[in-house]
Formats: sequence, C-alpha cells, structure tokens
Amino acid sequence: MTSFVLQVVQTLLCIALAPLVTGLVRFVKSRLQGRRGPSLLQPYRDLYRLLQKEAIVADSASWLFRFAPYVTFAAVWLAAAMVPSFSTEMLLTPAADLIALVALLGLARFFTALAGMDVGTSFGGIGASREMMIASLAEPAMLMMTFTLSLLAGSTAPAIIGGFVVGGGVGLEVSLALALAAVVMVAIAETGRIPVDNPATHLELTMVHEAMVLEYSGRHLALMEAAGMLRLLLYMSLIACIFAPWGVAQPGAGLGGLALGFVAYCGKVAAMAVALAWFESMIAKMRVFRVADFLGGALLLAVLATIFLYVSEAV
Amino acid sequence: MTVIVALGAFLPLAVLAIVGGAMAAVHRVVYAGCFLAAAALALSGLFFFGGPAAPQTLVLPFGLPWLQAHFRLDALAAFFLIIVNLSAAAASLYGVAYGAHLPEPRRVTPLFPLFLGGMNAVLVADDAFIFLVAWEFMSLSSWLLVLSEHRSAESRHAAFVYLVMAVFGTFCLLPAFGLLAGAGGGYAFDAMRASELGPVAATLVVLLALMGAGSKAGVVPLHAWLPLAHPAAPSHVSALMSGVMTKVAIYGLVRVLFDLHGEVAWWWGAVMMVVGGVTAVLGVLYALMQYDLKRLLAYSTVENVGIVVIGLGLAIAFKDEGEAALAALALVAALYHALNHSLFKSLLFLGAGAVLTATGERRLDRLGGLLHRMPTTGTAFLVGAAAISALPPLNGFVSEWLIFQSLFRGPALAHWTMKFGVPVVGAMLALAAALAAACFVRAFGIAFLGRPRSQVASGAAEVEGAMLAAMVALAVLCIGLGVVPVTVTGAIAAVAEPLTGVRLPTAVGLGWPWLSPVSSIRGSYSATVVTLSGLALIALTAFAVRRFGTRALRRAPAWDCGHREDIPNAQYSADSFAQPLRRVFGTTVFAAREQVVMPPPGDIEPARFTLHMRDPVWDGLYAPLARVVGRLADLVNRLQFLTVRRYLLMMFGTLVALLLMVAARQ
Repeated sequence: MTSFVLQVVQTLLCIALAPLVTGLVRFVKSRLQGRRGPSLLQPYRDLYRLLQKEAIVADSASWLFRFAPYVTFAAVWLAAAMVPSFSTEMLLTPAADLIALVALLGLARFFTALAGMDVGTSFGGIGASREMMIASLAEPAMLMMTFTLSLLAGSTAPAIIGGFVVGGGVGLEVSLALALAAVVMVAIAETGRIPVDNPATHLELTMVHEAMVLEYSGRHLALMEAAGMLRLLLYMSLIACIFAPWGVAQPGAGLGGLALGFVAYCGKVAAMAVALAWFESMIAKMRVFRVADFLGGALLLAVLATIFLYVSEAV
Repeated sequence: MTVIVALGAFLPLAVLAIVGGAMAAVHRVVYAGCFLAAAALALSGLFFFGGPAAPQTLVLPFGLPWLQAHFRLDALAAFFLIIVNLSAAAASLYGVAYGAHLPEPRRVTPLFPLFLGGMNAVLVADDAFIFLVAWEFMSLSSWLLVLSEHRSAESRHAAFVYLVMAVFGTFCLLPAFGLLAGAGGGYAFDAMRASELGPVAATLVVLLALMGAGSKAGVVPLHAWLPLAHPAAPSHVSALMSGVMTKVAIYGLVRVLFDLHGEVAWWWGAVMMVVGGVTAVLGVLYALMQYDLKRLLAYSTVENVGIVVIGLGLAIAFKDEGEAALAALALVAALYHALNHSLFKSLLFLGAGAVLTATGERRLDRLGGLLHRMPTTGTAFLVGAAAISALPPLNGFVSEWLIFQSLFRGPALAHWTMKFGVPVVGAMLALAAALAAACFVRAFGIAFLGRPRSQVASGAAEVEGAMLAAMVALAVLCIGLGVVPVTVTGAIAAVAEPLTGVRLPTAVGLGWPWLSPVSSIRGSYSATVVTLSGLALIALTAFAVRRFGTRALRRAPAWDCGHREDIPNAQYSADSFAQPLRRVFGTTVFAAREQVVMPPPGDIEPARFTLHMRDPVWDGLYAPLARVVGRLADLVNRLQFLTVRRYLLMMFGTLVALLLMVAARQ
C-alpha cells in the first residue's frame, strides 16, 4: 500500500517539478548573462497558454502526427516516474531497470522522429536524421554505463544500485567516476543542451530537437515541450539516484525519512540545475558533426569504466 | 505422427499446382492448403509444450537401405516448428491474394509448398541423410523461387551467387556430419550424440558447422548472397527466406553445437560472439545505406542473425565454464530473439510486398505518404518497425533485454579474453540496436510518411483482405509476445533445459508478470506492467488535455518556417536521412566519399552530387576469390584442347603414379 501511495506521489511530483527545473535553469542562465530573466513559473504559464490555443495540423499530416505527442509524453513520464527520487519504495520500480528506461526513452525518440518526418518538410527531416545520429551513439554509451554499474553493484535496477552505493559498497572507484562522466555527456546530448543542441535556438539549420517539433502547435506542442522538461528532470533524478543517493528514503522509512528524502532530492536537483546553467553559459555550441566525437568519447569512457573495474580488481 | 502427415501434404499440393497451374483458382487452393498444413504444424509444435514433453521418434522404411529414415520431435524441433510455421501460415495466407499478382505465378506456386516442406523436414530429421536431403530441398526450391523472375539480369545474378553459396554451405555440412558419425559411420543422430570426438575432429566439426549453417544464416563474411537473393524472390517468399530459412540455419547450428557435439570449447563461444558482433554492426550499417526497401530488410536480417549468434556464443562459453544457469539464460535469449525476428521480419517483408503490389516500387525515394493511402499496411509495418528497433512493450525488446542481461553476466567467466571481450561485444550489440532504430525510422519515415514522391505513390490503394489479415496477425503476435514475456520464456526454458542441463527460472522472487530470470535484485522488467501503466498514463494525459485545454483543431498548409515548398522531392530523402550516419560510420567502413560539383556562377549546368561507396567484404574477399577461381578454371580449361598423344601420355603417367603409390603402401 505504501509503495502504491509513494508511486502516485512520485508520478505527480515529477510532472509538477519538471517545468520548475527548466524555469530554474533559464533563470540562472539569464542572471549569469546579466539579464533579469523570466519568473521561475514562466514554463507553467507557457504550457497552460499552449493548451488553450487551437492546434494547427498540416494538411499532409497523418494520424501519427497527432498520436505521437501523447506517446512521447507518456513514455517519458512513465520513465521519469520509475526512477526513484525521494524514496526507493515504489510500486513500479521493479517494472523497468536501466535497460528498460533507456528503451522507453528510445520509444519516445522513435515517435518524435517519425512525427518530424510526417509532414514532409525538410526541417523535420533534418531534425529526425540528426536526432537518430546522436541517439545511435548516446544509447550504447548509456548501456555500457549500465554494464559497469551492474558489474559493480550486481544489479541493473537504479534503486538497488543507489542502495549499494549509499551502503558503502563502493569506495572511491575510478570506474564510477568514468561512468558518471559518460552519463553526464549522454544526458547533455539527450536533453538537447549546449554544446550538442541549443534549446533556445532560432536558427533552423542548427536545430536538432526543435526542428523535429517545428510543425507542432497548441496542445501537441505543449505535450512535446513538457516531455522535454520531463526528460531533463529524469536524467537529473537518475544521476542523483545512482551517483549521489544520499538521503533517499529506503523501504520502511517513516514520514521523517520521506521528508528528508524529499528535501535532499530537491537540493540535488536544484544544484544540478544551477551547474547546468553555469556550464551552458561557459561553453559554445559545437558543430553537428563534432557531436559524434563528443559522444564517441562518452562511449569510450563507459567501456573504459568496465575495463578499469577489472584492473582495480586485479590490483 | 501428425507432423509427418502434415509434411506429406506439401507434396500433393505441389503436384496440384503443376497440373492445374493454368487456372487462377488452383493457385488460391494451393496457398490455402499450405496455410492449413502450416497451421497444423504450428499447432502440433504448440501441443508438444502442453504435453509430457518426451521426444517422439519415428522410423520410416525409405532413404538409404542400411539406414532408413529417422524422424524425431523433441522440444527444440517443436519450438522451431512453431517459429517456421507461424510465419509460413501468414505467408501462405498472404499468398492466397498475392500469388495472383505475380507476373508468372506458375513459376512460384508449385515450389512454394516444396520450400515449406523442405524447411519443416530439416527440423524433424533425426539422421544426417534426411537432414541433408531436406536441407538441399530447402536450398534448391528457394533457389528456383529466386529465379522465378528470371527475365531480370539482377535476379539471375542473385540466383547464381545464391546457388554457389548454398553449394558451399552443404559442402561444409557434409564433412561435419561425416566427422560426427566417426569411423563407425553412425549417421543416426542418436549414434552421434553417444560418440566421443577427438580434439581435432571436435574443432573441425564446429568450424564446418559454423561455415555451413552460418552461410545459410548470413553470418558476415558469408552473408554476401543474402541481400541479393532475399529481395529478388516474390515478397511472400522473401518473408520466408529472411524470416524463416535463416532460423532453420540457426536450428542447424543449435542442433550440432548443443546437441550432437555437446562439448564445444569456450573459445569457440568467444569466436562466435565476435563474429556475431561484427555481423550485427556491419549488417545494420549496410541496411542504413540501402535505397531499396526489400534489400534494406535483407541486410537487417544479417544484423539480427548476428544478435542471435552473440547469444549462442555466450551460451557456449557459459556452458563450457560450468555456468549452466547462465548458459540457459543466454540460450533462451537467443532462441527468443530467433522467434521474434521470424515474426517481425516476415511482417516487414509482407509489408514491403504490399507496397510493391500497390505502387510497383521498391525504391524508398519513389515512395512517401503511404500511411494515408494504405492505413492498415502502414500501421502493421509501423508495429514491425518498432518491434525490430527493440522498443518496449514489443517483443524485440524483451529478447534484447534478455541478451543484455546475460551479456552483463559475462565477466563471471574466468578467462581474461572473455572478461575484456564481453564489454566490447556488448558495445557492438548496443550500437547495432541503436542503429537499427535509426534504420527503421528512416525506412518507415521515407516510405510511409511525408508527401508522395512519385505518381505511383500518390495513386496507391490498400491491398486485398487476405494480405492485410496476414500482416495484422503477425503484428498482433509481435505485440502479444512482447507483453507476456514470462509465459514465453517459460516455454523456451523447456527447450533449453535438455541442451544446458538447467531449467531457467523465469520470474525469481517476484511472480508472474515480472521477468527477472536471474534473481529479484539483479534487474527485472515487466512488459505487462509497463504496457498497462503506459496506457493509463496516455489516457490520463488525453483526459487532462481535454479537461484543461481546448479541443479546437485546424487543418492548414505545412508551416515549414514560412518556407513553402511544393516540390515533393525537396523533402528529406532516404539518402539525406542517412548522411549524418554515413559521415560518422561510413567513411571508415565503406570508404564513402561525397563529391559535389558546383558550376561557376552564370553557368546553366546543374550542380552534381556523387557518392562513392565500397563494399568491404565484396571487394576485399569475394572479388579476389572469384578472380583466383577464374584463373584456375582457365588453367584447367587448357586441358580440354590437347592432342590424343598428350592425353595418352597423361593416362600413362597417372597409371605409373598410382602403381608407385600402391607399391609404396605395401
């Protein structure tokens, strides 16, 4: 029963928190750039306004175009709801391990890319083809990171890996650091942040994610935007759950433990949002074809993480 | 034995097709008969798992006089009967409508039942003679089916290459069985199971089986015939060749390596994993570069065979190390993937056939927008594309999840080669899986989405009911096998049990819908729960959007950043979609070079874009080999034009040499 209640709370929490995190990143970024910046609540207002607007669908669009936002949003939402944030005691946690989470994000990407191609414009095609190129390197890097963690903690489930790390099962491990580096690089690419993609771009030729959703408007665009915000929160939760699992309420924790877990989670996410904003302000966007080098590096780091594990075991 | 009766039904069907081929109705009857026979065979395979699961044997008085014909139905054969006949039934049903659309149906219909019969006979054969005869039956009937469109030079070339490779495959399998039979000549499989192999023979058998069955399955570098031959056949036959015949080859591999041979050394597992990894990555990279829908699907078969071979190699390595439970896991994963691939690849080929019927086109760049005009075909194809891209909750993901779970246990192996090799193979598998998604976004997106790129694509119409029924049935199976994975792995565990000695527990600690084959904490996946909660979230989202937003919707011309383009060819094409991936991977693997010739300003010449790519396997292996064979043939050819005097001299020399040999031996 507790696990069911906590699952419902978590599912609602991530949808409630995701726009706020995006708002925080934008706010910190504008402060770093010397602007006052919009209110933290601006993303909520944007989404609400989009929901109120009439949706315009291109003449050449098929049913897939209208269906894709719902699948994309639900898949990302489901994935986000299954990553433990403040408590590991949740009903759906055993339904998907890291491999399944990666695949759920893959499902969302598959439908977004197809929706980009559905209308038959060149910008949609550009976005879809670049997104699949990025994913073709990011996904293996993510899976190899899972490999390292499963060797280290004996499990592919994020909750159990987190429990293992917080239980002192691993000391300072080189592999863990390499895996963290890999997952951060993948997260940057998959959430479409600078230097891989620019979420605020207005130049079509440099777009990746924005180009795929270019034809969307109204409620469909709201869902696509919300899915993007959820994806950002999901990667933050994942990194927090695996690499900084301190404070997370373990099964059987009381109300105090849950409150502590919640505060710790909010603190971790806020810290990551500030770090992301700072990083994005410091760095310039790279050329599309350099992204392959960047993500190839992530893949290599993840493979190295596994190999270092053997080396450290042998020594 | 019902299986033999159903098998026997294929022969009269072929005769009927030859005799009554002039009448259109006869073709329909033959395909309907094939459908019934295949359905009966699939059901008898299913019933085997419901029953006591003891192998049934049968000896019939034909074949070699001192051997007779042995047949046996065990769990492995029954499982592959299901694989073969689910797709065969769908392809036959499809054929009821599609067979009539072919340019020369009389060249196809009689061979179709023979092809089905050959594949099924391989599965129930219990001695080397019947096995090889059935294997050749399968090869030759499919060769004739490839040749059915004999007027196109391309088909003739494909059929020639296929024949050469099929002969090569049997040429390898023949001595493999000879070695297994040993000096005693026990060609029944029971005798082979009992016999012990010497170290050299044991190694040779594995190598020969890998080359023989591997060439049929399309393992790199023996895959060269596959992307030529599979697309050249009529589409329902392509579906069988790609979806099913490769599985029969996998069956041969499993039968020899796990059952007849029994004690394959772990390093063969390592070899198979590397070969499988290279096959998977190269296969999908080739697929990404194709413009022809059917050829793309054929290359993707190469990829999936690679994935199955990785699983088999891992199972061999675990088995030899004594990790029987992990061996069972890897074997179940490989067999599950074989089943899944047979379903979605058949579905995709049938979809390609429907596109071909409706438009007469296989080139991606001439298609587009078909989802509007062929909604059922398009939706079924989408399900197949999502399944082959390993997306949850479909079946392709479950088997890939299982393969990853078993790969992640690879470091349990003691050898350092494996410890370091497994992560590398894992990375290759992950790369192949991700590229497959890109490949099928491209295939579906270009063919079925966007605006029509040609007249034929804009004039397409949905195909006949029987064809749609076959595709929908396969799509439903793809979803079904994905949503209840624990039930399926439970059945496959019974197949793997006699081969590895351990029955894989499928849901440790968590109960039915939770797939956790190792332990409850190692990692679990529940497709059922994911599907249900996903659907609930979609419903909730739709409700919330209606409640808090507006339902107003307006149709308007595409916005495209205000850059209105009416020319359909200005859309992204198959080539432009592949360009980023070609730049990343193709420059090294295929030596891809792009050349753009821009005319100077004021010149009215068009700008030209040329792309050069090389096939590394064909240029590096087959072309030199063909040159050597050609040169040798030229040398031998000279012997045909000698004088009588020289021929007599040669005969005399041979005689002297033989006498000297006899003398030396005594």
